[in-house]
Amino acid sequence: MFSLLLSASESPNILRVPLDELVIGTVAFGIVFGLLAKFVFPRVNKTLEARANEIEGGIQRAASAQQEAQAALAQYNSQLAEARSEASAIRAAATDEKRAVIEQAKVEAQAAAATVTARAQEQVALERSQAQSSLEREVGALALDLASRVVGESLKDDARSRAVIDAFIADLERQAAEGR
Amino acid sequence: MSHHISTSVHLAMSESADCANQHLMNDLGCGFPAPSAEIFFLEPYATFNLLGMDFTITKTVVLLGLVMVIVLGFFFAAFRAPRLVPSKIQSLGEYAYLFVRDQIAREVIGKDGDRFVPFLATIFFFVWIANLMSVIPGAQFPVMSNLAFPVSLTLIVFLTYLFLGMKHQGPVKFFTNAMFPPGVPKAMYLLLSPLELLQLLVTRPATQAIRLFANMFAGHLLLTTFTVAAWYLVGPNFVGAFGAAASFLVTVVLTGFEMFIQGLQAFIFTLLTAVYISGSLHAEH
Repeated sequence: MFSLLLSASESPNILRVPLDELVIGTVAFGIVFGLLAKFVFPRVNKTLEARANEIEGGIQRAASAQQEAQAALAQYNSQLAEARSEASAIRAAATDEKRAVIEQAKVEAQAAAATVTARAQEQVALERSQAQSSLEREVGALALDLASRVVGESLKDDARSRAVIDAFIADLERQAAEGR
Repeated sequence: MSHHISTSVHLAMSESADCANQHLMNDLGCGFPAPSAEIFFLEPYATFNLLGMDFTITKTVVLLGLVMVIVLGFFFAAFRAPRLVPSKIQSLGEYAYLFVRDQIAREVIGKDGDRFVPFLATIFFFVWIANLMSVIPGAQFPVMSNLAFPVSLTLIVFLTYLFLGMKHQGPVKFFTNAMFPPGVPKAMYLLLSPLELLQLLVTRPATQAIRLFANMFAGHLLLTTFTVAAWYLVGPNFVGAFGAAASFLVTVVLTGFEMFIQGLQAFIFTLLTAVYISGSLHAEH
């Protein structure tokens, strides 16, 4: 139907540019551009900028946090090394001290033992000499008594008896010395 | 593809009532109703007078309104409440915006191009959605095959780069810079200068408009031809079945190819706009 109409009036020209459609096209684009440029695209730019800032800030924050962490790690490591050397020093000192204590105790014990031994030897020597002198006296008395009884009353000559006794005792002492 | 078919049926009816539903096999002797340029002249829906001008509302005008609604609706929905962590539609909107900014504005104009991104992005999505109308079921008509619309866009681009050129290089310097490029023998200006001026004022806007128009026009004609052929060849034998199936397959493949061309032409149109703006900001060396 419309083709009849058109072919009746004029042959259609595809290169025609009707003024009304030109106006419509221009206005249509103008409206779309105006609304988008006023209400939409500024927001897009603002959003993109805000995001870029946020990302940049995040990266900076992450970098500073990493630096802090590394500093803390270095500090921790140095403290740990310090503590270790301190501990080993303490251990070495304790070992030395122990050795000294043991050494001292040994010396003291030896000294005490020597003292005790010396005293005991002195005691023994003293007791021995006492026992010897008392024994000498008793043996003399006993021998005199025995000899008096054996010889009877004939033994009046004191000088002679005393010489016999002395010889007897000397004899005893020699025997004792030989028997030892 | 119902639109194409009904158009061809209309055309056939004008020739003969018997050929209303023509097929190769139906012995009515109807020839192949090859679609012509006439398929681009659609019956107007309404006419009215506004401010002393007669307006005709055709299918392309309605589709242009639809393009406005889609472009505005998408971007307003995407950036209604923009957040640092974007929603899906916001991500898509940002991707679209950044595509124009990084691939066109910064690529062609440089860092200075950032302030032209809104203009370039509007052009790109306006043209792309208008082109997509060619394959959207129900619409199936490329808005930019109506030469008036590419011309109106080109006119806006033309006035924009004229204004920018005269503002940044001086009202006269802009034209003399273009007419007398440095590093050319003086005698050559006799030949070169008129051509350069013609290029600046006529060739650029004309080619920019016609390139977009012609691509959309040819694509639609091609799709219509194969759609009509598929319908025409339908018949109860091998030729009918094979011919119709092959034509239909070609239509499907061509539809995919058309979608590629639609995006490409929108990209080229925007890219040329950026190139022209860049040339106006700085004189060519």
